[in-house]
Amino acid sequence: MLRQVEGSRAVAEAVALCRPEVICAYPISPQTHIVENLSQLVKTGELTPCEFVNVESEFAAMSVAIGASATGARAYTATASQGLLYMTEALYNASGLGLPIVMTVANRAIGAPINIWNDHSDSMSQRDSGWIQLYAETNQEALDLHIQAFRLAEELSTPVMVCMDGFILTHAVERLEIPAQEQVDAFLPPFQPRQVLDPDEPISIGAMVGPEAFMEVKYLAHAKQMQALELIPEIAADFKRAFGRDSGGLIRAYRAEDAETIVVALGSVLGTIKDTIDELREEGVKIGAVGITSFRPSPLDAVRAVLGHAQRVVVLEKALAIGIGGIVSANVRMALAGIQLHGYTVIAGLGGRAITKASLHRLFTDAAADRLEPLTFLDMDWDVVNRELDRVACTRSSGPHAENILRDVGTVAAGPV
Amino acid sequence: MFEIRIHGRGGQGVVTAAELLSLAAFDEGRFAQAFPSFGSERMGAPVVSFCRIDDREIRVREPVMEPDALIVVDPTLLHQVDVFGGCKPDGFILINTAKGLDELGLGEFVKDFRHERLLTVPASELAREYTGRAVANAALLGGFAALRGLISLDAVARAIRERFAGTVGEGNVAAAQAAHAWVAEEMREMSGVASG
Repeated sequence: MLRQVEGSRAVAEAVALCRPEVICAYPISPQTHIVENLSQLVKTGELTPCEFVNVESEFAAMSVAIGASATGARAYTATASQGLLYMTEALYNASGLGLPIVMTVANRAIGAPINIWNDHSDSMSQRDSGWIQLYAETNQEALDLHIQAFRLAEELSTPVMVCMDGFILTHAVERLEIPAQEQVDAFLPPFQPRQVLDPDEPISIGAMVGPEAFMEVKYLAHAKQMQALELIPEIAADFKRAFGRDSGGLIRAYRAEDAETIVVALGSVLGTIKDTIDELREEGVKIGAVGITSFRPSPLDAVRAVLGHAQRVVVLEKALAIGIGGIVSANVRMALAGIQLHGYTVIAGLGGRAITKASLHRLFTDAAADRLEPLTFLDMDWDVVNRELDRVACTRSSGPHAENILRDVGTVAAGPV
Repeated sequence: MFEIRIHGRGGQGVVTAAELLSLAAFDEGRFAQAFPSFGSERMGAPVVSFCRIDDREIRVREPVMEPDALIVVDPTLLHQVDVFGGCKPDGFILINTAKGLDELGLGEFVKDFRHERLLTVPASELAREYTGRAVANAALLGGFAALRGLISLDAVARAIRERFAGTVGEGNVAAAQAAHAWVAEEMREMSGVASG
C-alpha cells in the first residue's frame, strides 16, 4: 500500500512483515524510532509470535541476537554509531558462527568529538567484521533491503547489516510502498537454520579452533560472501518479479554509459548527486554515477565493468580513514587494478555537514577539468583549521581542538572559560 | 518543486507541521518529502523543519536553503535566528502573531518581500480557542493553504485527522479552518486596497 510515512516507521513495518521471532535493542539515535515502532507492534500483538527484549547495552543486544539465532529464531536488532562499536566483539562472533541475524545501522558519526549526525564512520569501521553490508539509497530501498536481507542472510547462514543514513532517511517522511504480508510471505520462506541449539538433540556451537583448522573455518566466511556476489543480484531480480521494484543488487549505474567522469558513492547522497548530474549533463558535461549497494561483499567485477570505460573516477565518501583518506576509494582502486584512470577521493558530509547540490556542482566541474587534489575535503573551512594549527604551533598548552574550534566559529562564547 | 521551511521552537510541533504538510500533499497525489533539521531536540530550542512538494519523485536530500515559502511558528525567533535566510524575494511568508509586522520590529527585515505574500495570522490564539492549547502548527497549515493555494484546506484537514484522532484532531481542524478564513479575508482586503 502506498503511504506517506517516516523512514523508520516503514523499516519497522518491513521488519515486522518478515516475522522476526526475537527483537532485541538498546536505544541510540538515530535508530531509536525503528525499535520503538517495533516494540509497539509487538506490544499491540500485531507482530506475533515475537519476543521484544529490552537489553542493557548494545553488547547485550548482539549477544541476545546470537543466542536467539542459534536456537533457530529469526533475530533482528538495530543500532548506530557508538552502539555499533560497543557490540564489535559480538559482531565478529555472529559472523564467525555463521548466524543469519539482520541488523539495521542508522548511520551516524563516531566520537570524539561527540556528534549525533549522519556519516558512514560507524558501519565503515565494521566493514571487515564478516557481515554483509548493504547501503540504502532511499527509504523505499531501505525497507525493501530488509526483506531481501533476511532471505540473503538465511540462505547463506551469515549476518547482514542494512545501512541507512541516520536522520536523512530515518527521519524523513515520504511516499513509500509498504508491501502486503502475503507478498512478503511468498518471497521469504520460514527460517530453516543450518545449525540449531536444541535440548532434545544437543550439539555445541562455538568450538575453539587451533592453528590446524582456523584458516579453513575463517575462509568459509569469505566463501559465503563470494557466494553472496551471485545471490544478491538473484534475490534483487526475484524481488523485482514479486514486488515490481528495482531495489538492491550489487551496484546501480546512472547515466554512466558514455560518461567520461563517474562519481561513486553510497547511500542517500546519491539522490543529490543524480540531480546534480542532470544539471551538468544539461551543460554538456559527460558525467554519470555508480551507487554501491553491496559494500561487503565488494563487487569488484561489477564496479570494474562500469568504471573501466571512464577517464576519471570521483569517489565521494562519508567516512575518513585517518592517516590515509578514503575507504571506499581504496576498494574501488582494487577493482580498477591495471586500468589507468584519474582517481579522486572526496571526503564529504562528516558529522552531518550538509552535502548540497551547489557544492557538488562546483566539485564535479572541477573534477571534470582535472582540477581536484587527489584527496579533497568538500566544504572544509581551511581558515578555521589553519588558525588552530597556528595555535598548536605557537603554544604548548593550546588546549582541546574541539573547544578551541567551537570558540573560533562562535558556537560558544569567546574568551577563556 | 516547491520548498517550504518552518521555523519554531522545540515543543511547538514544527516537525509535525512539516509532516502534516507532506501528508496533505500526498493526499492530493503529489510527491512530498518532510524532514527535520536534526538538532539535539529539546523544549524551547530553535527548530527548523522542511517540506518539499513536487509532481515527480524527489531525489535531492539537502536542507531547504532557498525556500519558496516560510512558516514562522514562533515570532520571537525573528530577532534571534536568520529566519528569512535564502528566502526568495517573491516567496510566501506566513508569521504566527497577533501583532503587526511593524509592531514586531520587522518593517526593515521584510521591505523587499512582496507585501501581498507576507501575511500574519494569530494562529496561537486560534489554536487556544479551538483546542484549548496554544500549539499553532495545524492552524498555520490552514493559513498556508489559503496563502499559497498549493494544497487544499480539505487535504490539510484530512492530514490532521489522520495524525490526531478524536477531539484533538477535530479541534485542530477547526483551528486550521479559522486560520484559513482569517488569511483568506486578509488577502481579500489587500486585493481590495490594491485595486481600489
